[in-house]
Amino acid sequence: MGNVRRPCTVRAMSDPVQAPHPGRTATRRPLVVLEGVQKHFGALHVLKSIDLTIAEGEVVVVIGPSGSGKSTLCRAINRLETIDGGRITIDGEELPAEGKDLARLRADVGMVFQSFNLFAHKTVRQNVTLGPVKVRGTSAAEAGRRADELLQRVGVASQASKYPAQLSGGQQQRVAIARALAMDPRVMLFDEPTSALDPEMINEVLDVMTGLARSGMTMVVVTHEMGFARRAADRVVFMAEGEVLEDAVPEKFFTDPEHPRAKDFLSKILTH
Amino acid sequence: MQVIVDNLDAFGRGAWGTIVLFFWSTLGSLVLGTLLAVFRVSPSPALRAVGTIYVNLFRNTPLTLIMVFCVLCLPILQITFTEDSGRQYRAYAVLALVAYTSSFVCEAIRSGINTVPVGQAEAARAIGLPFTKVLSLVVLPQAFRAVVPPLGSILNALLKNTSVASAANNFELISAMRGLVEQNGNAVIAVLIGTTVTYVVLALLLFAGVEVLERALDRDRKGARA
Ligand SMILES: Nc1ncnc2c1ncn2[C@@H]1O[C@H](COP(=O)(O)OP(=O)(O)O)[C@@H](O)[C@H]1O
Ligand SMILES: [Mg+2]
Repeated sequence: MGNVRRPCTVRAMSDPVQAPHPGRTATRRPLVVLEGVQKHFGALHVLKSIDLTIAEGEVVVVIGPSGSGKSTLCRAINRLETIDGGRITIDGEELPAEGKDLARLRADVGMVFQSFNLFAHKTVRQNVTLGPVKVRGTSAAEAGRRADELLQRVGVASQASKYPAQLSGGQQQRVAIARALAMDPRVMLFDEPTSALDPEMINEVLDVMTGLARSGMTMVVVTHEMGFARRAADRVVFMAEGEVLEDAVPEKFFTDPEHPRAKDFLSKILTH
Repeated sequence: MQVIVDNLDAFGRGAWGTIVLFFWSTLGSLVLGTLLAVFRVSPSPALRAVGTIYVNLFRNTPLTLIMVFCVLCLPILQITFTEDSGRQYRAYAVLALVAYTSSFVCEAIRSGINTVPVGQAEAARAIGLPFTKVLSLVVLPQAFRAVVPPLGSILNALLKNTSVASAANNFELISAMRGLVEQNGNAVIAVLIGTTVTYVVLALLLFAGVEVLERALDRDRKGARA
């Protein structure tokens, strides 16, 4: 199968193995700030006054039961979903309403979806160059060079001229990461990036993400992959029923969660 | 049958008139239909309303009525396009055909847009593409693939609908036929057969064109299907 792990390529983008140190966030300035964010879907209250600050270079893992509002939170940060109350700022700048300003701001926020969402009618390489050329105005040649570099980095350079449907899920997701990186985003959002993958492909994607985290990228990652959270996260945020119930460093969260719901949730997923 | 052979040039001129009407009407209704479809899926409630009202008005009005309106009322409203009266009537006829056909094109494209998974548009928005580029670069190219077969049927209907323009001082196949019938009262059946054959040949050419397009899009799509 074409989904061989390529640890060497991944290691190329990361420092030698090194645990993230929780203290580092204190010195960094806040990049993404949510204040009292509210979201309803009709009568359903999905985000209940969420306060969350993500510092530059910080990796935050969001965890919680299905339906707790994790996806909605991610989608609110780049305004794929509008909010009904509160404020979301990125580098101090409030999210603009629809229009050119919003599009510009979205370009600065990379998003990786559970279902990859690669453009089905474009080749892998075109998927990666589309944004830089059409949004940033980069020349086709320059965007192509950069795309090849990024595809190399995520280990799918040999697939550049194929269409998404010809790739394995793991390869598609790595292309999706390259597509987001091509915009030079200031923060990357991952919404359950490995949930749609066959088990044997999960690690190839997590390795790329770990490398990205080590390279200093600011990341918000919705995932239930404990290994990744322990390895790469600075903080774990636990959500349930639209509220942030716990916000702790990974070690503390996994060994000694405070909130009963977090304890309950952990006992369920860890015994699986 | 001698009457057909003797009047090949009349059939030819009629067919040419039909082709010209068809060509401009196709071009116009594809452009306007696509634009209306974009209106109908746009985030602006006002644009959506315009699209909906347009489609429901023109799709549900007989083409003959639209044609008569263009030919009789537009001159009264002093809406003219050219000095030349032949061209003027053709422009009115094309306008009527476009107004009518684009409502069907719009609905076909809109249903094509609905076949494109919503994640495609979200990924496009997420990389910072504005609404118009999300549609033109990502959604519409994928929607058009699903639209080719129904569009073929709509254009087939348009080809025959050009005959309504004969009532609006346009010279096309039906006008040619009427002229020939008047001159050859004893060979009406032959004239009708000749006219039918001409329409069928034009429709088959159109069908072949649609097939070629469909195959080209399929080839382009290559492995894009799982
Ligand atoms: N577009 C929508 N319309 C209506 N309800 C929605 C929509 N999106 C999500 N929801 C609901 O909001 C709640 C939170 O969803 P989501 O953010 O997807 O949760 P999670 O990602 O944590 O599983 C769920 O109850 C879900 O059914
Ligand atoms: Mg979710």
